[in-house]
Amino acid sequence: MSDTADRVKKIVVEHLGVEAEKVTEDASFIDDLGADSLDIVELVMAFEEEFGVEIPDDAAEKISTVSDAIKYIEENKG
Amino acid sequence: MRRVVVTGLGLVTPLGADVETTWANILASKSGAGQITKFDTTGQKCLIACEVKPADHEYGFDPGKRVDHKIQRQVDPFIVFGIDAAGQALEDAGLTDMSEEDKLMAGCSIGSGIGGLPGIESESLVLADKGPGRVSPHFVHGRLINLISGQVSIKYGLKGPNHAVVTACSTGAHSIGDAARMIRDGDADIMLAGGAESTVCPIGIAGFAQARALNCSYNDRPEQASRPYDKDRDGFVMGEGAGVLVLEEYEHAKARGAKIYCEVIGYGLSGDAYHVTAPHPDGDGAYRSMQMALKKAGMTPADIDYINAHGTSTMADTIELGAVRRLFGDAIGNVSMSSTKSAIGHLLGGAGAVESIFCILAMRDQIVPPTLNLDTPDEGCEGVDLVPHVARKREVRAVLNNSFGFGGTNASLVMRKID
Repeated sequence: MSDTADRVKKIVVEHLGVEAEKVTEDASFIDDLGADSLDIVELVMAFEEEFGVEIPDDAAEKISTVSDAIKYIEENKG
Repeated sequence: MRRVVVTGLGLVTPLGADVETTWANILASKSGAGQITKFDTTGQKCLIACEVKPADHEYGFDPGKRVDHKIQRQVDPFIVFGIDAAGQALEDAGLTDMSEEDKLMAGCSIGSGIGGLPGIESESLVLADKGPGRVSPHFVHGRLINLISGQVSIKYGLKGPNHAVVTACSTGAHSIGDAARMIRDGDADIMLAGGAESTVCPIGIAGFAQARALNCSYNDRPEQASRPYDKDRDGFVMGEGAGVLVLEEYEHAKARGAKIYCEVIGYGLSGDAYHVTAPHPDGDGAYRSMQMALKKAGMTPADIDYINAHGTSTMADTIELGAVRRLFGDAIGNVSMSSTKSAIGHLLGGAGAVESIFCILAMRDQIVPPTLNLDTPDEGCEGVDLVPHVARKREVRAVLNNSFGFGGTNASLVMRKID
């Protein structure tokens, strides 16, 4: 597993208060991890802080699973 | 007329994370005061408070017991305290598994005096340091005063009235009085009523200190700082926590065989129309508030055995006492009056609810809680039993609870035992 994936999962566990094993790459934030739309806004902010990337609103709207987040960060981090 | 009784209690205080622990510590004359641990007090005039203790303390509070991890992260501590106290009250009342029909007639009236000040302070710093794009999306609803009522209604499915009082330090008492009226008027059969506060943060301590309301001269002796009626009193000690009661329509409670603590029988309200922080010097507002509560209860001062005073450990203590003296006349010789703020500090918007619970426990156990640190009663205290230092067994048939707030807002509640 990549370093990015580990760090993303850690943030998700901390913010959503879910068990680490539930945070699989194909897990949906809303359907599987109990997040609401505001939780996703907060997660995106945490990803931006952690990885020094900027995730504009239109890109953030397309992030619905853990792997979506990892993929976006991998492709856009400096 | 529909009658209103109390069937459940919940407390989070500097002396315990539940009702029985807090009450045992109150009766044992313990103080919840200490040096502030929540933040660096460098430069503050006031260095002490009555903080809710951390989970690893002998009587500390574990937020994980009744509040989801995610919600704990999103909301201010006053909301966490409120959700927990509301859960305790529902458990005590045996109402955690209500029918859908009951839920439609069950509501919340849990307020706060100030609301999420620590979060407003810290998120303002985020705004200044990192810009608007880093402000939490949970900022607003994690700080709003009515979000205890909101969160509790969501957690337990309570679909009746959803209300939140904001009347500074009268909030807890007004919350109970308003909720009792909603039950009396048929808006609800069950109401969770009370208040919560947590403003032990740099701006909260600095603000009250600058208003000359906080004790700043006992920083090296925190347990002696809250000393209502004592001639050396010098301002209040900030407390934090929550108190929530289950109020229930009497026939509804009887039909389900609920444990009934007492009846909420009188509620009085008034305004001083005088000054933003100081009470009217002749105690006129307090007098009229108490008078209305007694009149609504159909009782006379001679029926009241215990008064839990507002008694914040400020100059206003003797003004309240003067109003009690004027209203009670000769009956003042029978009543015991104490301020439990001497033990847990001033819970601001939570005070009226927490102190109402102490009144109810005084009736249950036939014992009145003490006023700590009352070494030398001030002028004007003569001939009144202020229960100095230690709790005392005595007959307690009916009680009066006073709460007064900035803005000149006054609330009084009368409760009595029922057979």
